[in-house]
Amino acid sequence: MPTLLDFRRRIRSVKNTQQITRAMKFVAAARLRRAQDKVFAARPYARHMLAVLRSAMARVEAFDHPLMARRPEQRVLLLVMSGDRGLCGAFNANVIRKAMEFLRGRPEQTLGLIPLGKKGRDALRKQKWSLVGEYINIMARVEYPQAREVAAQVIARYTAGEMDAVYMVYNEFKSVLVQRLTVERLLPIEPESFLAEAPQATSGEGPSGPAETSSAGRAESPVDYIYEQTAAAIFGHLLPRFVETQVFRAMLESSAAEHAARMTAMDSATNNAVELIDQLTLHMNKVRQAAITREIIEVVSGAAWTA
Amino acid sequence: MLPEFLQLEVVTPERQLIAESVNEVQLPGLDGYLGILPGHAALITELGLGELSYRKGKETFYAIVFHGFAEVLPDRVIVLAERAERAEEIDINRARAARERAEKRLAQREAAEIDWDRATFALQRALIRLQVAAKGGAVAAQVEQHPAP
Repeated sequence: MPTLLDFRRRIRSVKNTQQITRAMKFVAAARLRRAQDKVFAARPYARHMLAVLRSAMARVEAFDHPLMARRPEQRVLLLVMSGDRGLCGAFNANVIRKAMEFLRGRPEQTLGLIPLGKKGRDALRKQKWSLVGEYINIMARVEYPQAREVAAQVIARYTAGEMDAVYMVYNEFKSVLVQRLTVERLLPIEPESFLAEAPQATSGEGPSGPAETSSAGRAESPVDYIYEQTAAAIFGHLLPRFVETQVFRAMLESSAAEHAARMTAMDSATNNAVELIDQLTLHMNKVRQAAITREIIEVVSGAAWTA
Repeated sequence: MLPEFLQLEVVTPERQLIAESVNEVQLPGLDGYLGILPGHAALITELGLGELSYRKGKETFYAIVFHGFAEVLPDRVIVLAERAERAEEIDINRARAARERAEKRLAQREAAEIDWDRATFALQRALIRLQVAAKGGAVAAQVEQHPAP
């Protein structure tokens, strides 16, 4: 039977934990906010770039850009975007599981991995997969130069013929409560991917200014542009940028999803702590009451004895 | 009928820098500066490293653009820049320090280990930053004229 003091200690310890989880929840909420803003801020660029690509594509007859070269998929590179830290529910475990599924599903191919995020790296390294590179401590605050660096490495490996295809696996940010695991092919670039609309509703309440509607309407009617440089040259220079923005977007999504996952995990942890404290307090009071009752009985029966 | 204004949008991967109605835009095209007035023919160009300026009424604003692309339509100009900064955002002290660093590096040209292209590019960047910052009016007096590299 735990004593009163034991209960007091337990309750205090749970309270401390609750304070930590609550603080983490608020931190995650603030970071989520920032990450979401970044996702929104990155959209106009992606949208305009697609528009230019589309228009340039119509002018280019032959797609023989090295980033579009299709080869039989012998050697495949996978970018795994996880978090750098834990305490975010099943976020990291899910990405890693998805990555494993992907890898196991391709037994006859040579596979290379580049984890982004410490958690993914540690897990994959333990499983003895070959890591061709790693980027850690970049997912909490995603900046464009980092995306550019990752993209540059991937592009270099691809154009050198070291890899035949590049995929990314990451958590797409659907809403605060929902992350969707996504496997996407980054390279070779499919010309059809420009025809798809720019990344739209990832979380609904984006600032959809006047620019959005007008540029969407414009995309319908092809304009006959004057090209300062040849369309092919512009197209060729845009493609690496396109890969960069794809990586950047995935990183932003993953980062936002991570903060969202952490926020929800910490929220439920805080709630659980509240529940636990309630239960412990109830037990403690019962024990206290039982002790008092016992003492009264002892006093009363002792008095009866002497009387 | 020609449109009276140009809708200027400058976007970088990280943010939307400018979204305004303007009367005139100058772009640092890869093959030279381009002046755009409302009603310009549709055009797509690559951009170099340089100064972007736009006029709103009688006021002229400056920004710096680091490579990218521009799409021009009769009533709008969309600039996709890898990086862009408004004149008033430029950190002049940092740009000065960068210029000195790059100049020092380029001065010791015998030393084989310096990355020539990188240093030249850094110097270019610093110079254009200082130039644009000066035009931005913030500290015009402090920035002395500097010979081109």
